[in-house]
Amino acid sequence: MTREYWRWPESRWTAPNKEWQGAKIITAGVDVGSVSTQSVILVDGELYAYSSMRTGSNSPDSAQNAMKWALEGTGLTMDKIQYTVGTGYGRVNVPFANRAITEIACHSRGANFMYGPTVKTILDMGGQDCKAIHCDEKGKVSAFLMNDKCAAGTGRGMEVFADLLSVPIEDIGKLSFEIEEEPSPVSNTCVIFAKTEATGLLKQGWSKEKVIAAYCSAMAHRVVELLQRIGMEKEFAVTGGIAKNIGVVKRIEKEIGVTALIPKLDTQIAGALGGALFAKALVEKEQRG
Amino acid sequence: MISCGIDGGARNTKVVILKDGKIIGKGMALTGFEQKVAAEAAINVAISEAGIKREDIEYIVATGEGQKEIEFANDTITVVGADTIAVNTLFPQVRTVIDIGAEEGRAIKCDEKGKVIDFAINEKCAAGAGTFCETMARTLEVKIEEMGAISLKSTKSIPMNAQCAVFAESEVVSLIHAKTPKEDIANAVHSAISDRIASMARRVGIEKEVALVGGVAKNIGFVEALKKDLEVEFLIPDDPLFITAYGAAISAIDKVSS
Amino acid sequence: MIANYGYKDGSGEWFISIDTDKCNGCGECVKVCPQTVFEVTQDPNDPFREEPVAVVSDGHRKKIKYTCNTCKPVTNRPPLPCIVTCKSKAITHSW
Repeated sequence: MTREYWRWPESRWTAPNKEWQGAKIITAGVDVGSVSTQSVILVDGELYAYSSMRTGSNSPDSAQNAMKWALEGTGLTMDKIQYTVGTGYGRVNVPFANRAITEIACHSRGANFMYGPTVKTILDMGGQDCKAIHCDEKGKVSAFLMNDKCAAGTGRGMEVFADLLSVPIEDIGKLSFEIEEEPSPVSNTCVIFAKTEATGLLKQGWSKEKVIAAYCSAMAHRVVELLQRIGMEKEFAVTGGIAKNIGVVKRIEKEIGVTALIPKLDTQIAGALGGALFAKALVEKEQRG
Repeated sequence: MISCGIDGGARNTKVVILKDGKIIGKGMALTGFEQKVAAEAAINVAISEAGIKREDIEYIVATGEGQKEIEFANDTITVVGADTIAVNTLFPQVRTVIDIGAEEGRAIKCDEKGKVIDFAINEKCAAGAGTFCETMARTLEVKIEEMGAISLKSTKSIPMNAQCAVFAESEVVSLIHAKTPKEDIANAVHSAISDRIASMARRVGIEKEVALVGGVAKNIGFVEALKKDLEVEFLIPDDPLFITAYGAAISAIDKVSS
Repeated sequence: MIANYGYKDGSGEWFISIDTDKCNGCGECVKVCPQTVFEVTQDPNDPFREEPVAVVSDGHRKKIKYTCNTCKPVTNRPPLPCIVTCKSKAITHSW
């Protein structure tokens, strides 16, 4: 079997010393992305458990599996969850969700919870899309754009490079700094053409690390342009799979001159977390009548 | 007079040698990563086919993406300019030229004298050019030369949702896994690219007659799809791949005589 | 909210932006667009907004550069129907 160079590891987490028994509101959010699926469970608005796993070929099953995994070992069961919001690319295919909400709204809300009210600009780089969101201190979206048409600036684009260079994706960030001098960025935006360009650079004798650096910097430049369209305002946070790639994040920071907020939680769960927060707000709205 | 046109394309470098306006030699080489090497190789093939010596060539005009790197050329011309001159020479009745190369697509509107009136270009994105077909052919494990014939066997039209060639690759893989017949996938690929080319061509306005040139004009599946989209018949030269180089070679004659 | 629908790819920036604070959901843009690019729905990005709002429909977002070509000939480009018709001036194009 060939080695997969491009997937992030799966993970799950449960809050230590927290009980769901006796809680007033238990809600969930499930973010079915193209590459990975996350589920988050909130107990009275506090993070209780989450899971992050690969999206299978079938969205409903992936949603179900991610929920089951988050619930594992907690004693908590699906029927105790009062409201579930589905989000992400497969949001309409979450069979047990009470409502579907776009990932734009959910990410903004989730990031507001994770980073606090000072966060105004959020960059989410997912497996097959890239979102730039500008929000207010409550996490309400004030401007956004989502690019899911073009692979450049998405995890998929980075995967193509990881694959071309036979480098595990989790090593890309670190390797991109193992260079003597920062090379000029790969000039082609289109991933297909960039790949050809990179092949040419390798033939010219560039090291893998240098090519990786050139691509990380091209990707950083591209997303900075997207941020400029929605208006870059401090403070700034990066979420999604590529947030873990310091090779891209550090170069974005350098280009805009702003350091990204340090996440307290796994940034990949921002969307699902936002969904669970909306679920809680919607339950409370219903209760108020 | 012996003139020469050389087209440094993204995929192939093409050379046409003319004697008093008639083609006496053609040559082609993969451009690869060294335009200069490819240009030398292609011109040598053309020279030997023409049975002439290098110094017999009076004037060389380069065109295409790699034109700046072809240092032995005496002058350069844009692809749009070269295409129009070539098509006007072959088919003076043509008013619209569509040229689809490996990395770029162009639609040109011209007058009866071969003067460019308007043009639109699709560039820097693989979705709108031949590379899209090539990438999908590779995923389908089909030779690019066979894509056209295979797609014509299709009886079913299935939509392709992805626009980006990278995402379309994944979509093709899923279609293969879902046991979708190859011919239907190939058909979907051609419809997808034809859709984009047709839309670009409409920006300059389709006026008859319409010529189709560039490497992708050799793909009969794509040609059929575009015919349906634009509701026109095309004039396709015998060797659509060499048209731009041919145009450059004709422009070399004009340059010398003026 | 400024909702940017479209994309940026190697060939350029292709966005239709709708200012949802200006949009009153009247639906005139839906009627005039020859390609039915717009639809009026519940705001997908603000679960708490009550009034409907115009959005660029899903099917067009990834190919908007091509969809809008009919209204954007290379020369003699007429004013865009969607922009002209919107009394609240909520719609802009990036190209």
